[in-house]
Amino acid sequence: MNEGEGLQLDDEGRLRHFLTIEGLNRQTLLDILDTAESFISIGEREIKKVPLLRGKTVVNLFFEASTRTRTTFEIAAKRLSADVINFNVGISATNKGETLLDTINSLEAMHTDLFIVRHSDSGAAYLIARYLPPHVRIINAGDGRHAHPTQAMLDTFTIRRYKGDFTQLKVAIVGDILHSRVARSLIHALNILGVPEIRVIAPKTLLPTAVEKLGVHTFHDMSQGLEGVDVVVMLRLQRERMHGALIPSAQEYFNLFGLTRDKLAAAKDDVIVMHPGPMNRGLEIDSSIADGPRSVILPQVTNGIAVRMAVMALIMGGQTARNRRPV
Amino acid sequence: MGMVITGGHLIDPAHKVNAVTDLYLDKKGFVVGVGAPPEGFKATRTLDASGKIVCPGLVDLRCRPREPGLEYKATIESEARAAVSAGITTLCCPPDTDPVIDTPAMAQLIQQRAWRFGMAFIHPLGALTRGLKGKHLADMEALDEAGCVGFTNALEPITDTLVMRRALEYAASFDLTVFLHPSDPWLTGDGCAHEGEVSTRLGLPGIPEAAETVVLARDLALIEQTGVRAHFCQLSSARAMTMVMEAQARGLRVSTDVTAHHLHLTEHDIGFFNTQCHVVPPLRSHRDLEALRQAVKEGVVAAICSDHQPHESDAKLAPFSASEPGISGLETLLPLTLKLVDNRLLSLPEAISLLTAQPAAIIGVDSGHLGIGATADVCLFDPDAHWTLTEDKLASRGHNTPFLGWEFHGRVTHTLVGGKLVFELVQT
Repeated sequence: MNEGEGLQLDDEGRLRHFLTIEGLNRQTLLDILDTAESFISIGEREIKKVPLLRGKTVVNLFFEASTRTRTTFEIAAKRLSADVINFNVGISATNKGETLLDTINSLEAMHTDLFIVRHSDSGAAYLIARYLPPHVRIINAGDGRHAHPTQAMLDTFTIRRYKGDFTQLKVAIVGDILHSRVARSLIHALNILGVPEIRVIAPKTLLPTAVEKLGVHTFHDMSQGLEGVDVVVMLRLQRERMHGALIPSAQEYFNLFGLTRDKLAAAKDDVIVMHPGPMNRGLEIDSSIADGPRSVILPQVTNGIAVRMAVMALIMGGQTARNRRPV
Repeated sequence: MGMVITGGHLIDPAHKVNAVTDLYLDKKGFVVGVGAPPEGFKATRTLDASGKIVCPGLVDLRCRPREPGLEYKATIESEARAAVSAGITTLCCPPDTDPVIDTPAMAQLIQQRAWRFGMAFIHPLGALTRGLKGKHLADMEALDEAGCVGFTNALEPITDTLVMRRALEYAASFDLTVFLHPSDPWLTGDGCAHEGEVSTRLGLPGIPEAAETVVLARDLALIEQTGVRAHFCQLSSARAMTMVMEAQARGLRVSTDVTAHHLHLTEHDIGFFNTQCHVVPPLRSHRDLEALRQAVKEGVVAAICSDHQPHESDAKLAPFSASEPGISGLETLLPLTLKLVDNRLLSLPEAISLLTAQPAAIIGVDSGHLGIGATADVCLFDPDAHWTLTEDKLASRGHNTPFLGWEFHGRVTHTLVGGKLVFELVQT
């Protein structure tokens, strides 16, 4: 049962599940980006629907609260004409002592074709993918601190839209890397797509021990870390981190690591600022930046729908921009 | 009716025997002759051991048979039977049962249950503090009288340094051995994997090496002050081994064991969330594994144990951090140790010593050797048998092992407890 990243690929190397970015090849990521590009226009039409997943049942299975991610998955599935059911287990069966796999079993018995799973434990999506019969597909919508692969794809999609070529970029990721599945997946994706310099900026308390093994440079100082970067990705700092002796106070954190106009001046003039949301204004990012001309935070959300449509289309139907008939 | 085991290669490290010779057992189940029978000996049974290694029954310092308390996972009967199928005839059971072994009645219950089945014998370890709560000392003298071979708080930390000091002082007054599992509860936190490359990649909460070394340093200071005889259980890091080595060089009465799986697996074996590799303490880095192996080679480590923890299959069918830690390890104890001989880390007598005479000495019991007068607990294994571990070969109720599919060299064919044949491999 230790088949690793092979689990998400079929015998011909096509995506079967989407569990992690780690181990995927560049072409697979480019296929997702290109397919998403072709879906962008659908959201701008009068009739925002294509029949790719007509008759398929998609279950949004969220063991952890989320509004934004769940909603964009729901919209994405509906634009592909799938039937979508939202199942928030946080307020449902597992509170009555049902195990994760029991919940999955009973939903699978309802002939679900695709599960979109979010869970607070790292590896939960892997467990489910190993356990279910092979025709049921899984998209990982965030597992613990491990991975959030569709977020990484929408981030790289957004970067490509604004910057074009990945191979000349400097990207800085700022904040709570330790607890961040967004950061882990994004670092893998940027490395695979050929970004030559990825930086993480945080105090040591918010960095995993062996973070440099992921292929990044570490900085503890914003002015050094942001020097000459093309892209800044700000991470959300959970308020409860204040209690675990990870940082002294919100004030000190904002002074040192909050993104302000002054600090951003060290970056390139055409820098873009990203944030996976939801934002803590005044904690990790100043409103003047979040709402300012360098911010692409709202386009990220819009792009998230096209990217999630692309991932669903690829794993459900093997549809890519290269082989798909025009829709 | 006496018995003779003929033609086997007898390896008895306690008596420095390493030769092809015969072993004579009397009808009461004691060794009465090595190489030559005593006068007037008549064998009514002969066990042909040609081509096999004959050695003392193995002594495993840490096995959780799950009884009492968790009988749905395994029982004393099922695990004592699994033990003898793996050549293990003596087990030590930590006190973290339910109820805790902090009364003479509990200590006696476990021994009586094991005795009744006549398979591997189980020596209980008594609680160091009442209920393992780390507040009041357990009645150590009474537990010692009732057969406890050592005292430990198992995986429950004693955070109050004064209680720890008193516990060690008290044990030292009566020359009792304490078994310590150094682990800092705050540094461990909700960790479930070594804090390193793999926990970083998989986003698993990490357990830093310092969780072990910080408490080890404290314990060594208290051992030095109290003069107690202490045995460290399943140390996992290179730095901890160095600290124990230095303490031994200073003359402290400290010994240590390692688990067989820590000599063969690293954090990288977790791969993509393989819950069979979820163990406490966690599998650490390759550098740590090499240091543990070196410590075994240099004699810093006195015993290799299984840390047997059988589980029902559901216990591992969960996300990594929510899965229950532990490996069903009895049946891979000897095979994994023999791999160290294949790897030329140890000679065969050294390997057998780490599984017999040395652990027996730590708990101060008259097992693990085959001198004249010794109880005839004997393990016979075929050193040339090549085999692959599959689920159907496991006798333990717990099938939770990361070693399924591993190829091994050397397989137990016969086990005797008190001169009685309690296991014979049926070749299929």
